[in-house]
Amino acid sequence: MLTVDNTKAWLERFADKIETNKAYLSELDSVIGDGDHGNNMARGVKAMKEKLSEEDYAQPEEVLKDASMALLSKIGGASGPLYGSALLAMSKQAGQDSADLHAIIKAGLEGITKRGKAEVGEKTMVDVWSPVVEHLAEGTVTIEDVQDSVEATKELKASKGRASYLGERSLGELDPGAVSSGFLFEAMIEGEIIDE
Amino acid sequence: MKKIINQPDQVVDQMLKGFVYANGELVKRVPNTTVIVQKHKEKNKVALVSGGGSGHEPAHAGFVGKGMLTAAVAGEVFTSPSPDQVLEGIKAADNGAGVLLIIKNYTGDVMNFEMAKELAEAEGIVVEQLIVDDDIAVEDSTHTAGKRGVAGTVIVHKILGAAADLGMSLTDMKALGDELVKQVKSIGVALTAATVPEVGKPGFSLADDEMEYGVGIHSEPGYHRTKVKSSSAIAEELVSKLKQAFDFQSGETYGLLVNGLGATPLMEQYIFLHDVEKQLANEDVSVAFKKVGALMTSLDMNGVSLTLVKLEQDWLKLWQHPVDVTDW
Repeated sequence: MLTVDNTKAWLERFADKIETNKAYLSELDSVIGDGDHGNNMARGVKAMKEKLSEEDYAQPEEVLKDASMALLSKIGGASGPLYGSALLAMSKQAGQDSADLHAIIKAGLEGITKRGKAEVGEKTMVDVWSPVVEHLAEGTVTIEDVQDSVEATKELKASKGRASYLGERSLGELDPGAVSSGFLFEAMIEGEIIDE
Repeated sequence: MKKIINQPDQVVDQMLKGFVYANGELVKRVPNTTVIVQKHKEKNKVALVSGGGSGHEPAHAGFVGKGMLTAAVAGEVFTSPSPDQVLEGIKAADNGAGVLLIIKNYTGDVMNFEMAKELAEAEGIVVEQLIVDDDIAVEDSTHTAGKRGVAGTVIVHKILGAAADLGMSLTDMKALGDELVKQVKSIGVALTAATVPEVGKPGFSLADDEMEYGVGIHSEPGYHRTKVKSSSAIAEELVSKLKQAFDFQSGETYGLLVNGLGATPLMEQYIFLHDVEKQLANEDVSVAFKKVGALMTSLDMNGVSLTLVKLEQDWLKLWQHPVDVTDW
């Protein structure tokens, strides 16, 4: 069940992970993209943290909405609209029912696919979000599940986004957006948001 | 990395400040945004808005002015601007006759500009969009994000900007743009990669004696890496690729752009143009317009691109229409 406090704590933990791994994310991106994913994400989560610390919230969907807007306006590139759309869709769903985490994450995934048009298997963040939604449908998701999904992007050939221009050469590399999404879900699991 | 900068994360803001200081008669910056807009807008003409990641200067702010763009929106280096910035650009540009967005075909650009279009429409502004995908180096466009938008985008700015200046309606401009984009094709070669300030090292590595055909303007990989060739051999390769893509027919008329990618001297661009001229002389097509210069760069990338535009109807007149911008 999402509350104002655990949603804020979740997103702050996510921000810390991004900041800690900024150089790592950019390094991954320099192999199959243009080397700025860490810098762009770090700029976004910094703005998000500032915004969340300024406001008093009554409902978790308000936290998600402000986080969405901060990420949308500060990340830029493709990741900005994708994370922004995900959190905006999650905010709408949380407004309907803040207890159903599966429905909330599923809404986020739909926000991403509506905006980015990527499907499972195209070596994008969808390849982490989709298995997390499936695990939650069955009850719970573990850190290991998330890390397995992230790791599995190595075996995929990119056909969306800038990495798609590498074709076969994208094989064997992690997708940076999948890795940053992995941090979001690790932060969610560590925040003990999932009702057992 | 050797660059004349201060803080790597401040390059876009500081560049825009310098740009406005230099060109204050012609353009202004919308406060608290990365939007550069025409200072003297004309009512009831369709407004053209373009933009994208920074690092491609003079694209796009250098083409803001009478006869080309109404506003340009700058993102971080090689990173699309966010929807709220593009929305500010649309609002600042709108003259009451609608706004045409000219977008280079990159995943991030398309998503951010489309979101901005939705936001602007919600505010009652009529917006159309045009996606430019002129880079024929992308062979497998169905299993990738598609052909990329590169230097040909500047020609689209020029021709549609002229149409807007002559009073064409938004609907007609969108139709003209859709026809035009199909007839604009580009291909490039890189001798060295670009170095993004915040990254600090080149986007890919090429040995001292190597070059790569088909590299994208953000260092996306090309289609063939080889030992460095002469200008005439490069012209032969690039013209042959364009000839194949257009399927040259006798009597056709083309316009061309030789575009420097950032670090290639103008001297080399003219040498290359002369070799392109010789290659095209073997074909039974005429070249009605030639343009040379660094118009769509990739920071400090060393290389050139060649754009051909198959001219139809009265496009040549639009290409030649006078403009008042800083960098055409």
